[in-house]
Amino acid sequence: MTPAIVVFIYLAIVLYIGIFAFRRSHASGEDYFLASRSLGQYVFLFALFGTNMTAFSILGASGLAYHRGIGVFGMLASASAFVIPLTIFFIGTRLWAQGKRFGHITQVQYLRARWECSHIGTLIFALTAVMLVPYIIIGVMGGGQTLQAISGGKVPYWAGGGIVALVVMSYVFFGGMRGTAWVNMFQTLMFLCFGTIAFVLIGKNLGGFDQVMQRLAANETTAPLLTRQRISMQEFFSYALIPLSSIMFPHVAIMCMTAKKASSFKKTVIFYPICILLLWLPSVFLGIVAADSIPGLKPGESDGVILRLLTANTDVLLAGVLGAAIMACVMASDSQILALCTMFTEDVFAYYGGRQRFGAQTQVWTGRAFVVGVTLVAYLIALQLKDKAGIFELAIRFAFTGFAALAPVMVAALYWRRSNKWGALAAVLWVIVTMVGSWYLHDYSTAVAPKAGQPPVQIFPALGDLFLRTPGSVTMFGYLPVMFMCAGSALLMWLVSLVTPPPSTATIEKYFPPKTIAA
Amino acid sequence: MPKKLLLSLLVLAVFFLHQDFWNWKNGGLVLGFLPVGLAYHAAYCVGAACLLAVLVKFAWPAELDRIEADRDDDSQPKS
Repeated sequence: MTPAIVVFIYLAIVLYIGIFAFRRSHASGEDYFLASRSLGQYVFLFALFGTNMTAFSILGASGLAYHRGIGVFGMLASASAFVIPLTIFFIGTRLWAQGKRFGHITQVQYLRARWECSHIGTLIFALTAVMLVPYIIIGVMGGGQTLQAISGGKVPYWAGGGIVALVVMSYVFFGGMRGTAWVNMFQTLMFLCFGTIAFVLIGKNLGGFDQVMQRLAANETTAPLLTRQRISMQEFFSYALIPLSSIMFPHVAIMCMTAKKASSFKKTVIFYPICILLLWLPSVFLGIVAADSIPGLKPGESDGVILRLLTANTDVLLAGVLGAAIMACVMASDSQILALCTMFTEDVFAYYGGRQRFGAQTQVWTGRAFVVGVTLVAYLIALQLKDKAGIFELAIRFAFTGFAALAPVMVAALYWRRSNKWGALAAVLWVIVTMVGSWYLHDYSTAVAPKAGQPPVQIFPALGDLFLRTPGSVTMFGYLPVMFMCAGSALLMWLVSLVTPPPSTATIEKYFPPKTIAA
Repeated sequence: MPKKLLLSLLVLAVFFLHQDFWNWKNGGLVLGFLPVGLAYHAAYCVGAACLLAVLVKFAWPAELDRIEADRDDDSQPKS
């Protein structure tokens, strides 16, 4: 029970941070939703990193590495270490600038103003909101499952999920963006510190990692885990596009608006790859170590390997602290809840006249009420569909692809004067249609899906390798759909914008002011 | 060579280095415990950080600093 007590202490600290942030807050919408655009460079770095750090980056990555080997790090982590900071550099900084100059808080607000559109903005709001919801549900489910596991079953799933939902809801409700950013920073630092200590202790207790690796290399079943033989080159290549999704996630884009100064981005961009390295390397490495220490786990079961290694190889108190840190990652739904609430109050409530009619203070309280509503609904769904977590995990994977395919829309808005709302509409419809199509193909081919380690299967033999089914996904000629979706989205954005009228000159000049000539 | 072109080529080169197909089947260990492919991508992360430091140093958009300066001017009390 000691680890569970440590987790409860952690939850109390997190709650206190939220209440402390509440004391520092003002009554304005910009303060609640964006912490008055006041985050300094270190809070900004760790909060942004923490926002992207989810249960998947800890539990999922080690579980995947357990079956597919070291390539998981290159496929998911080092690709992100390169692409995410690049998108922050090229997209995040510009979004921040537009937000600072014109008071935008959400992506949709910016796109509506940039392209003089109303309903297309609402469509983008609806699409992004739908893709965000599974995240929130998974967060509550993960909280319930982790607390149940850490307490050895003494805290049941329903109570664990309820406690996590209540804590997250409370600090988001009170602290808004400031509380969420501080909590994310605390979580990131805690995980990086105690994760490193646990990593060293696990290695010592297992008799040194070199011994483990020698055993893995000597066994012909596990030796491929030390190479990338269980990942195809096409899959590895196309995975590099998935991190484009990061900047398109509303919680990340909104977080970019919170920076106090443009210079806050500099340290974030440079140190982001190092943070990824520190978090993911132990996670993937321990996944491979577990293949030696705890062999024979099935795909779903392997997500718990880090918790098992911790329990078996570290002091009970440290296992509790690390359990709390893992809990922190599982609870990463805080930013998503706040983002959804910000989007609702800004893109729907305020946009359709709510702020004008009821005032800014009512808008903030509407946002808070929305936080309570969303968390409650997520909790009820998590209770009802306890055994259907796979559906939501799948939805999240599709969401990553969908958000990545929306990246060309944002690039066009920020860098191409001629881009317009019709191009954006075409690209968004393309993303919706291809996502639905991919989901259908995934569902249709479930019965013929090969098992881990087996080669891909043709879904329609008459079409050859056009649509292939791998154990986890549908591919086209071996490449993930994200590649074709991004290309199609960019092409449609370009073509349709060219054949339809551009935005007015006044709007173009507003967002692309002529460069001032130095005197 | 113009600075923009050089930096673009550098970004492309780093992207290419991510696809280290030459390590695909290499199961060797670095320092006796770290698989070669994993060590390579760990070093790649450090390399990516260096590239980003170069971009921040040489390609940082000046207009962002202007916005910052404008805001600072706006927040100064007017006499």
